[in-house]
Amino acid sequence: MVRVSGAWTLPHFAAIERSMQPVRTALPALARLDLDGLSALDTAGAGLLSVLLGPERLRSMLDALPDLAPERRALLETVGCAVHDIFAHPPPQSYALGFIGLLARIGTAVEAIWQQTRLLFGFVGLTLETLARNLLRPQRWRMAALVTQIEQTTLDALPIVSLLSLMVGAVIAFLGATVLKDYGASVFTVDLVSFAFLREFGVLLAAILLAGRTASAFTAQIGAMQAHEEIDAIRTLGLDPIEVLVLPRVLALVLGLPMLTFVAMLAGMLGGALVCVLAIGIPPAMFLSLFHADTPLRYFWVGMSKAPVLAFLIAIIGCLEGFKVTGSAESVGERTTSSVVQAIFVVILVDALAALFFMEMGW
Amino acid sequence: MSATPVAPVSAPVAAPVIAVQDLTTRFGTQLVHEHLDLDVPRGAILGVVGGSGTGKSVLLRTIIGLRRPDAGRIQLLGEDVYAASTVQRVAVERRIGVLFQDGALFSSMTVADNICVPLLEHTALGARDARRLATLKIALAGLPQDARDKYPSELSGGMRKRAALARALALDPEILFLDEPTSGLDPITAAGFDRLLRTLRDALGLTVYMNTHDLDSIHTVCDRVAVLADRRVLVAADLATVERFDHPWVQDYFRGPRGRIAGAAYADVVQET
Repeated sequence: MVRVSGAWTLPHFAAIERSMQPVRTALPALARLDLDGLSALDTAGAGLLSVLLGPERLRSMLDALPDLAPERRALLETVGCAVHDIFAHPPPQSYALGFIGLLARIGTAVEAIWQQTRLLFGFVGLTLETLARNLLRPQRWRMAALVTQIEQTTLDALPIVSLLSLMVGAVIAFLGATVLKDYGASVFTVDLVSFAFLREFGVLLAAILLAGRTASAFTAQIGAMQAHEEIDAIRTLGLDPIEVLVLPRVLALVLGLPMLTFVAMLAGMLGGALVCVLAIGIPPAMFLSLFHADTPLRYFWVGMSKAPVLAFLIAIIGCLEGFKVTGSAESVGERTTSSVVQAIFVVILVDALAALFFMEMGW
Repeated sequence: MSATPVAPVSAPVAAPVIAVQDLTTRFGTQLVHEHLDLDVPRGAILGVVGGSGTGKSVLLRTIIGLRRPDAGRIQLLGEDVYAASTVQRVAVERRIGVLFQDGALFSSMTVADNICVPLLEHTALGARDARRLATLKIALAGLPQDARDKYPSELSGGMRKRAALARALALDPEILFLDEPTSGLDPITAAGFDRLLRTLRDALGLTVYMNTHDLDSIHTVCDRVAVLADRRVLVAADLATVERFDHPWVQDYFRGPRGRIAGAAYADVVQET
């Protein structure tokens, strides 16, 4: 005889479980169940009872109780079925912890980087192939989309890019003035600003801003479309999402970043010039003539040549991350973060490699 | 035979567990509810029907305390929802369970962790016991066990709904609010959902408030139907009374092609039993 009494409810869960421990092993195989003393029962209590007796035994015990109130029987049977499911399909063991777990996580991360790199190169190839296919067919060029993208990514970014470059130019001029004054070489501040902005900072600042501002926008736009199955709709309408969505964005950045770079160079030089004129006492005419005399034109081309490459990479990363969105709104956020981080990382990496290359070439 | 006989919990008792009095809701100049009254007795399974845009979801949100009404009073389990102190409100909130239309599972947590949230917040259970109870609720809601450690984004719409039901049922609430519970479910799953609601109501004395369009649910589980139209509750009574109610929308709803088919199907079932 198994006699169950008292309130088997959620507030008494722990107490009931403690009192179950001693009888758990001593249960007879076939016993009668006595539920007369049971004052309250909820799903938690019914669950404990099913686990204690085992769902099959509980069912046979319930069959031997014809006088049980029907709603109690229904609850015990429903919960018994649920517990039976749990016993029949034990959940898989969770992943290992400790040293093995650490190794597993490192392995997973390395594999993810490898897959991501492969994916990126694949996507670059796909975009270039689509570009090549459409290049000779002007009727398929999407001029309206291209112009809209240039407006959003380049024209709208002009104020922020010029303001930021102006301030960085001023800061560099101040730094130069402070260091060079001790050697009586303050005039070389002009060279510092012009070399820095033509070769590196003009393109780098514009590219980093674009990576933050536009790569994220591309990912969010395409990601939201992916989440609402719009990309699938584009495919079923017989259109190519690469051609419709990616090409206008990539081309807009490839055309737009050189323009932004040019503006950033001018703004940076202007910031430097302002500091030279106001704080160091180099007159504007002297600034211009020093700039003209000391700075070779190829510095401009060194800086400018990096712009289309960086623009292409930023746009590709932004679009690719957008296509990787899966369903949920959370995934759009995750991918957007990832696209900005990747884009800034790639911009700085490529710029560093390019600096090394140009230095070795003596350009 | 029983030493302490259990009161038949499904019988309605005098005091309603949900009482809406003279409710007015407006969005800007648009009046959604005007002088709306609704009482739900304990143990009832109430289906709230109404055309799209009649404010079913707004009414539900107002009753559970998420949207302050522009006028009127809401009483939930005897407490005035918008006049009660924070302590009283939390006490009421842990006695209700809510299933939102898209589940509203926390997307950064697994299904099991989602169900553990109310268990850990409102009971003295340890993490291990909470997880074991969560496992039971998952099985009760009809989810396979391998869904336990998945994130909501990895589940189908129907599975998300069942996981959300498991979370709403975590604390064995006295009132369960459901917003379109069977929409987007296949008929077999929806029928299982209805059956589970009925079992829980019978066993635990649960009161269910359900916004629905599903004529099958209305015929199989609801013992009361409230019709929302013309900015108020036109009628709240048992299905037979509501079906005879003389109002064009009600007649269209129950006498339209879908309503007639569902009605005829369940009339046969009733005759057989």
